[in-house]
Amino acid sequence: MTAPVLQVKDLKTQFFTDDGVVQAVDGVSFDLYPGETLGIVGESGCGKSVTALSILRLIQRPGRIVAGQILFKGSDIVTLSEEEVREIRGKDIAMIFQDPLSSLNPVLKVGFQIEEAMQAHEKVSGKSALSRTIELLKQVRIPAAESRVNDYPFQFSGGMRQRAMIAMGLANTPSILIADEPTTALDVTVQAQILELLRDLNHDLNTSIMMITHNMGVVAGLCTRVLVMYAGRIVEQGPVEQIFKNPQHPYTWSLLRSIPRLDSDRHDRLLSIDGLPPDLIKPPAGCRFNPRCQFKIDRCRHDDPPLMDMGADQEAACWVTMRRALSHNGDQRA
Amino acid sequence: MATLLPVPAVEYAGGTLAGEQVSLWRDGVRRLRRNKLALAAAIYLMVLALVCLLSLFWTPYKPNLIGTCVTYALPTGAHPLGCDDLGRDSLSRLMVGSQVSLAVGLATAFIVLVIGVALGLVAGYFRGAVDALISLATNIFYGVPPLLVAVALYVLLGPSLINIIIAISATGWMDMARLARGQALSIREREFIEAARSGGARAGKIVFGHIMPNALGPIIVQATFVIPAAILTAAFLTFLGFGVPPPTADWGGMASEGLPSLQGGFDPYILLWPAVALSVTLLAFNFFGDGLRDAFDPRQKR
Repeated sequence: MTAPVLQVKDLKTQFFTDDGVVQAVDGVSFDLYPGETLGIVGESGCGKSVTALSILRLIQRPGRIVAGQILFKGSDIVTLSEEEVREIRGKDIAMIFQDPLSSLNPVLKVGFQIEEAMQAHEKVSGKSALSRTIELLKQVRIPAAESRVNDYPFQFSGGMRQRAMIAMGLANTPSILIADEPTTALDVTVQAQILELLRDLNHDLNTSIMMITHNMGVVAGLCTRVLVMYAGRIVEQGPVEQIFKNPQHPYTWSLLRSIPRLDSDRHDRLLSIDGLPPDLIKPPAGCRFNPRCQFKIDRCRHDDPPLMDMGADQEAACWVTMRRALSHNGDQRA
Repeated sequence: MATLLPVPAVEYAGGTLAGEQVSLWRDGVRRLRRNKLALAAAIYLMVLALVCLLSLFWTPYKPNLIGTCVTYALPTGAHPLGCDDLGRDSLSRLMVGSQVSLAVGLATAFIVLVIGVALGLVAGYFRGAVDALISLATNIFYGVPPLLVAVALYVLLGPSLINIIIAISATGWMDMARLARGQALSIREREFIEAARSGGARAGKIVFGHIMPNALGPIIVQATFVIPAAILTAAFLTFLGFGVPPPTADWGGMASEGLPSLQGGFDPYILLWPAVALSVTLLAFNFFGDGLRDAFDPRQKR
């Protein structure tokens, strides 16, 4: 395979609050390859967004990257100067956010905001910036782009706002697009259109996409590889088909089981994972998932499992693994 | 860059979805117009501005010409407001006096806007040491009375209009800075700021291109309150003799000149006219500012 475009190595991001140190991201490592669509899934508060923000060094006080490397184009983003990081933001690595209404400045015209995104990185004359903006809006399939550039965000529908955000993200043809739950605030039909758009952009421009979501359906529809995060760590990773067919970590398995199914009996209770993600100031000893895990063994309580090779390009951090758990008592549980 | 095939645009065929919404500004103007007191104040201020412009070219008599009529003349047909202690026409002087008041008010508001907004936004956006330093300066300046600066400038540079503008601005920017700082502290946490940062926007662009436009409403309202405060302080300084030097007509100076004749009990009008003009102007600015604040306050949508 080709060389990765982005390498994250043992990243640790912590927040120094009055109540203690929150280990929001605790030793995350992964590679992102050119043209790849990588999904990062997990519940709220498991470190997905903090990982993404760390990559662009957008973590603000009281948060800080305390250890690790983020290698991009031969340099370590963690150690670059503020101005060097600013040059990377938006130009090489762009990001789109969850709520497109609140991530557009309400008092500035949409077209103006896209032009600004260009002008943050190169001198563009007003005229060519405008024509490029219109071209971008067309590319993200906003109809009547010529007149839409002069609209304010409140005049756009939810889906169009997210398209405009994507256009802004693509303004400098970045090699990586980080999408932080880009479809969560949209209704289902619009979600599908946005995913479709991202997939086409990924194909046509060969932009690597890092898709952060808690929606397994989104991962299945868009991604080729997936990282499952829990309590600031990667607990499982691998190709999408593999993870969906053969999840090895009980957390992944539970996430997949909690997707409501159209073909299940309407009277069945929806499945959820009992309990909440742990307090990251004092994470549980041993495997961080053990208090919520229904397959745990004694070892899980005190011995923290590393990511282990599960074959077929898959890795999971679990002493038990679903393979063994299900072969022991699978018939009663599955 | 490869172009994608456009998808048939069925979904938005109906045109703008939110097009019927009224913008914040138009909404505000509409509510301002419903407020009779603010409207009256606005009309008065427009008339005042016209009188001020007119007085630059034409007054009934020369404002500084001594002996236009009998000294201490009471209002008559030829001199509707009477004459002052030197026989100058009071109406002409009152008209010209508006120049000083408006000049001081507007110039001070402008300087306060520039200094206060810049410092406040920078403090609020960068927080930390920058904020601590600017906030310290703000608090120190709160302790400096405008009179002290005015007297110091008077002693060092002599009496002039510029000096009182400097004195009032130097001691009046702090409220604006605190307001802008508060606005920046809250706006900086909004998602579009993070989005701008993630797009590689420079700090200056974020502060003045993204935060400032969103803070403009309260800032403009605050500025309308700076104007009357500055006019009052300027009149007060001139009344005490530290302001605009005579014979330039100024409402504070005119009031000061009228004081002896009021105390002597033979001509109250010399003091009355500038005092009334000053009071009505201050009231008008305050009513207008109040109206603006109510009109643009998102919490009381009517």
